[in-house]
Amino acid sequence: MTLSAENLRVDSAAGHFGPYGGRFVPEALISALEELDLEYHKAIQDPEFNQELSGLQKNYVGRPSPLTEAKRFSEYAKLRVFLKREDLNHTGSHKINNVLGQALLTVRMGKKRVIAETGAGQHGVATATAAALFGLDCVVYMGEEDTQRQALNVARMKLLGAEVIPVTTGTRTLKDAINEAMRDWVTNVETTHYLLGTVAGPHPFPTMVRDFHRVMGVEAREQILNQAGRLPEAIAACVGGGSNAIGIFHPFIDDETVQLHGFEAAGDGVATGRHAATLTGGSPGILHGTRSYVLQDKDGQTLPSHSISAGLDYPGVGPEHAWLKDIKRASYHPITDTEAMDAFSLLSKTEGIIPAIETAHALAGVLKISDQFKPTDIVVVNCSGRGDKDVETAAKWFGLKI
Amino acid sequence: MNSILEVFKKTKVENRAALIAYLPAGFPNKEKSSEILRLILDNGADMVEVGLPYSDPLMDGPTIQQAVEISLENKTSIDDCFQIVKELSTSKKPVLIMSYYSPIEKYGVSKFVENFALANGAGVITPDLTIEEAGPWILKTTEQEIARVFVVAPSSKAARLTKVASEVTGFVYAASLMGVTGTRAQVSSKAEELVANLRKTTDLPIAVGLGVSTPAQAKTVGAFADGVIVGSAFVKILLENSDFEKAKTLIVELTQQLRAALPR
Repeated sequence: MTLSAENLRVDSAAGHFGPYGGRFVPEALISALEELDLEYHKAIQDPEFNQELSGLQKNYVGRPSPLTEAKRFSEYAKLRVFLKREDLNHTGSHKINNVLGQALLTVRMGKKRVIAETGAGQHGVATATAAALFGLDCVVYMGEEDTQRQALNVARMKLLGAEVIPVTTGTRTLKDAINEAMRDWVTNVETTHYLLGTVAGPHPFPTMVRDFHRVMGVEAREQILNQAGRLPEAIAACVGGGSNAIGIFHPFIDDETVQLHGFEAAGDGVATGRHAATLTGGSPGILHGTRSYVLQDKDGQTLPSHSISAGLDYPGVGPEHAWLKDIKRASYHPITDTEAMDAFSLLSKTEGIIPAIETAHALAGVLKISDQFKPTDIVVVNCSGRGDKDVETAAKWFGLKI
Repeated sequence: MNSILEVFKKTKVENRAALIAYLPAGFPNKEKSSEILRLILDNGADMVEVGLPYSDPLMDGPTIQQAVEISLENKTSIDDCFQIVKELSTSKKPVLIMSYYSPIEKYGVSKFVENFALANGAGVITPDLTIEEAGPWILKTTEQEIARVFVVAPSSKAARLTKVASEVTGFVYAASLMGVTGTRAQVSSKAEELVANLRKTTDLPIAVGLGVSTPAQAKTVGAFADGVIVGSAFVKILLENSDFEKAKTLIVELTQQLRAALPR
């Protein structure tokens, strides 16, 4: 597919979604954000860019990713579950969709260095992969706590030639990795592109990253029409920053009969305060250059988040999700660590697919809301990543010896 | 706001740059931050910036990050910052707050500006508030006559400088380099160019900050800027000296040396 102007939803010029979005950044970054916005809009109207991107999607990533009906899992869910198999992409998750788009833009802007933040390591691995492919220098910032729980991905990034810098400030997770990446960007903005990995951050990131991920929803829509002969009753996806969710939601937004469900990480439970369910337990505020829902105290200080899933362990969320929540076009629900890990196990044993723990939140969500549906109803779940990186965490959770 | 312009009028007559000092509120604790800022004012600073601590300070390097973490561990609140502003305002010199926008918006823009005015604050520096997002801020600070200081950077193009400077009251904060706060070996060559570009578009006083820490650097910057902003150098002294009395002595010395370097 191409990112032509007519299939993009038009947002206001300054990147707002209702009261959310915008730019809350040091003035030093404004010219880089303007350059990026301009280059992005030029690129998506350029047939050469679109050809190159779709060529990479097909021949490097392996798109289109399959849509698999999960028949045995469906028996437990008591409705028809289809999985959009982003776990089968090169590098193992949906993150590569956005990374290739931004890497092409980096080359077009004449920049030689990319930096990225990563939580679970999937975005870091995808960025390191693209950097290797395009011959760019690559530095990945990762919270020290995450480097420990996702050690395998740290090794992968290093093997791909990237430098991984553990971040030891603040909560030592994704939030602080983004702070460090922003500081690097402010310092090196002339030579460096900040390859932000989610639909948050200052404009144009929420819009641009979403557009690079729309391919998931566009494919899924066509595939479900072919396989089931009709649109699904619902789409389900996990939400941390919200990139896999917005990518699959977006092409269905105008299909009023299709429910959109996002599942956030509730950690030990929202009531315990140890969670990362920003849309459920947070309030409107500013974090990392954008206005959205944020976990914060009465003085606007960001609160630490908690989740077994490093990729969802973030106290903010993309501004478009905040807007979709407020206008009630999408609904967002919390899923605890325990619920997610039960679903992780169930999918593994019923379908032979070990999902990422992030993805397991969406699967648990389907099990949780299934009583709202008839057995013949269809839900498409974004199977956003594979669980190879999580084997150690899962083994520990289930008491297996490695 | 008027008190800020008065200071720059006075320093212009004296043919020197103004000395502006920064310290996070609540570092090393609430009482001591107030005491240190008072000491700095008494020893030659023309105005001070009280740093409002924020959990995600994107513009700050390791030194100020560390101080801010300590301040937050001390549970420094926004109301504590206003209290410190009020205490310092008896010096009759302008007291500003430097704050990221998240705390201001969460506290409530109207309430923030009103309580700051009640504390006799002179102006607020907002390092991550872009003018596009500043509508309510501009209205409220205008109403309460609070100076609105935006930060510009060497990467800002001419048209952008004009646009940002047109919304500023008090003085324009020129970041001397592309990067975060912290001490540097040398003054960035970009600072003078940025000030020259600003002069083409605004008659407001221009103060330069980021990476200015020594008397020699203050002298260099003071030759072309109306104000010199020093922050990390003071923070560093407090971080490196657990003996508070010794730290105070060093801070007094540094303040006096910086002030002595400013006459042109």
